[in-house]
Amino acid sequence: MTSKQKRKIKNNLVGYSFILPNLIGYTIFIFLPVCFSLILSVMEWDGSRNPMVFVGLENFKRLINDSTFRISFINTLKYAVFTVPITVVASLLLAVLLNKKIKGIAVFRTSFFFPYIASLVAVGAVWNMLFQPEYGPINNLLRAIGIANPPRWVVSTKWAMMAVIIVSIWKFMGYYMIVYLAALQGISPALYEAASIDGANGWRKLRYITIPLLTPTTFFVMMMLTIQCFKVFDLIYVMTGGGPGRSTNVLVNFIYNSAFVKFDFGYASAAAIVLFVIVLVVTLIQFKGEKKFVKYM
Amino acid sequence: MKTNKSIGRIILYILLIAASILMLIPFYWMVISSLKLNKDVFSIPMKWIPDAFHFENYQIIWKKLPLLDFFKNTTKLTVITTIIQLFTSCFAAYGFAKMKFAGRNLIFLIYVTTIAVPWQVYMVPQFTMMSRFGLTNSHLGLILLQSFSAFGVFLIRQFYISIPEELCEAARIDGLSEYGIFAKIVFPLGKSAMATLVIFTFVNVWNDFMGPLIYLDSTNLKTIQLGIRMFISQYGADYAWVMAASVCSLIPVVIIFIFCQRYFVEGVAASGIKG
Repeated sequence: MTSKQKRKIKNNLVGYSFILPNLIGYTIFIFLPVCFSLILSVMEWDGSRNPMVFVGLENFKRLINDSTFRISFINTLKYAVFTVPITVVASLLLAVLLNKKIKGIAVFRTSFFFPYIASLVAVGAVWNMLFQPEYGPINNLLRAIGIANPPRWVVSTKWAMMAVIIVSIWKFMGYYMIVYLAALQGISPALYEAASIDGANGWRKLRYITIPLLTPTTFFVMMMLTIQCFKVFDLIYVMTGGGPGRSTNVLVNFIYNSAFVKFDFGYASAAAIVLFVIVLVVTLIQFKGEKKFVKYM
Repeated sequence: MKTNKSIGRIILYILLIAASILMLIPFYWMVISSLKLNKDVFSIPMKWIPDAFHFENYQIIWKKLPLLDFFKNTTKLTVITTIIQLFTSCFAAYGFAKMKFAGRNLIFLIYVTTIAVPWQVYMVPQFTMMSRFGLTNSHLGLILLQSFSAFGVFLIRQFYISIPEELCEAARIDGLSEYGIFAKIVFPLGKSAMATLVIFTFVNVWNDFMGPLIYLDSTNLKTIQLGIRMFISQYGADYAWVMAASVCSLIPVVIIFIFCQRYFVEGVAASGIKG
C-alpha cells in the first residue's frame, strides 16, 4: 500500500469519526423510523407482541371508505385554505409597515413575533377564554357593537374551525413577517427613488415594485405555510380536541387517534403516508417553482 | 410636502400601535386574569385593570399540582437535548463541510431529504420502535428522539461552508490535526450559527407538546406543557389559576427571547432567504 492510499484511508476514517456520533443517533431514531413507516402502512398490527400481518393496500382502501378520515382530510384542507392566504397577506403588510426607518421598530417587531414562540398550550388556554361564548371578551365586544347572537366559537360545530384559524393566523404571521422583512432588505432603494421621481404614490410602489419583486418569497411562504397547516395538531388538541363532534378533526388528529387511542398502528401509518405524499407534492412544487423563479429573476 | 410626510408618519405609528395591541392583548388578558379571583375573571362589565392584585394565585398553583417537578423535568429534557444536539451537529457539520470522505455527498443528501419529512409521518413507527427498546415513558427516550435532527447539521454546515478553506489549509500546513482545526478554529467561529441552533432547539423542546403527550404516562415524568393541560382538566373552572400556571410556563421562553432576539430573527431570516 502506498503512502497516498494510506493517507486516503486515514482521511476517510477521520471524516467518519466526525459524523459518526450524529449519524448513529440519526439512523436509529429518524432514518429507520421513516423507512419503517412505509412498511407499517401495508401491515395490520396492534403494537403488541402479536406478529404483524401483511395486508397489502387494505389499509388505504379502508381509509377511502372511512368517513372520519374523509372529514379530517376535508377539515385540514379547509384549515389550510383559510389560514395560508390570510397569513400571507397579513405578514406581508406587517413587513411593509415595519420596513421603515422609524423609532421603536424593535419594540413592534418583538410584539409581532412574540406569539410565534409562545407555547401552544398556554396560547390555546388563553384564547379559549377569550372565545368563551357567554362571558368571553370577544363576544362581549361583538355584542357591544350590535351583534345580538355572536358565534359560539369553540363549542359550535360551525365556528370552531374559524376560531382555530384565527388563532393560527395570529400565531404564524410574526414568523413570516420576519421572512418578508429579510426579503425586503434585498430590494434596492434606487427603485423606490426612481418611482418617486416619476410621481408614484405609496400604494403604486407597493403594487408595482414591492409585491412583484417579492413573488419568490411569497411563493416560498405559501409552500411553507401549506406544509405547516397539514401538520397542525397541538393547537387543535388544546383548543377543541378535534370537536365539537368531528368538526375540527384534522389529519394528524386522525393519525394520533388511530395509533394511540385505537392501537391500530398499521392503519395510522397508512394515514401518515397520505400526509407524507401531500407534503412531498408541495415540496416538489416548491423545487420546481424555485428553479423557475431563478431563471426569470 | 413636509406636513404631508409627518401625517404619513403619524398614520404609520397608529397602524403599528394598533397592530401590536392586537397581537399582545391575549398576553395582557392572561396576566391580568392570573391576578384576579377565579370568580372575577369573567365578571361583567369586564375589568381591564383589576381592582386588587391577587398575587397569592402564584403561590397556590404550586400546591395544586407538582408544577415544580414539571418545571424540573422540562428543564432537564431541554438542557440535555440542546447540548447533545449542539455538539453532535457541529461535529457532523465539520465532517460534511470541511472533510472529504467516501459517501459524504450521499449521506448528506439523505440528511437533507429527511428534513422535508414531518415528524408526524414517522412518529407512529418511531414510537413502536422506542417501546421495543423499552424507552417509552422515560426521559431518555424523548431526549434520544429529539437530539439528532438533520436540520441542526444542515444549519451549522451551511455556516461552516462559508468559512474560507484557506484558513483550514493554513492550519493543516502548520501541522494541526483535523480535530485541532475543528476545536481551535472552526468551532469558535461558529458562535452565531450555534446560538441560533441552541435557541431554536431550546424553545422547541420547551414548548413541545405532542412528544411528551405520546411518550410520558407517569405524572412524575411529565413536562410543564402537559402540566398546564392537567391543570386545565382538573381545575378548568379556576380560570385565574390556569392563567397563572400558563404565565409561569411562558417565563423561561420570554427571558430567552428578550436576550437572544437577534438570533431568532437571524435564524428565521436565514430559513427564508433561499426562497
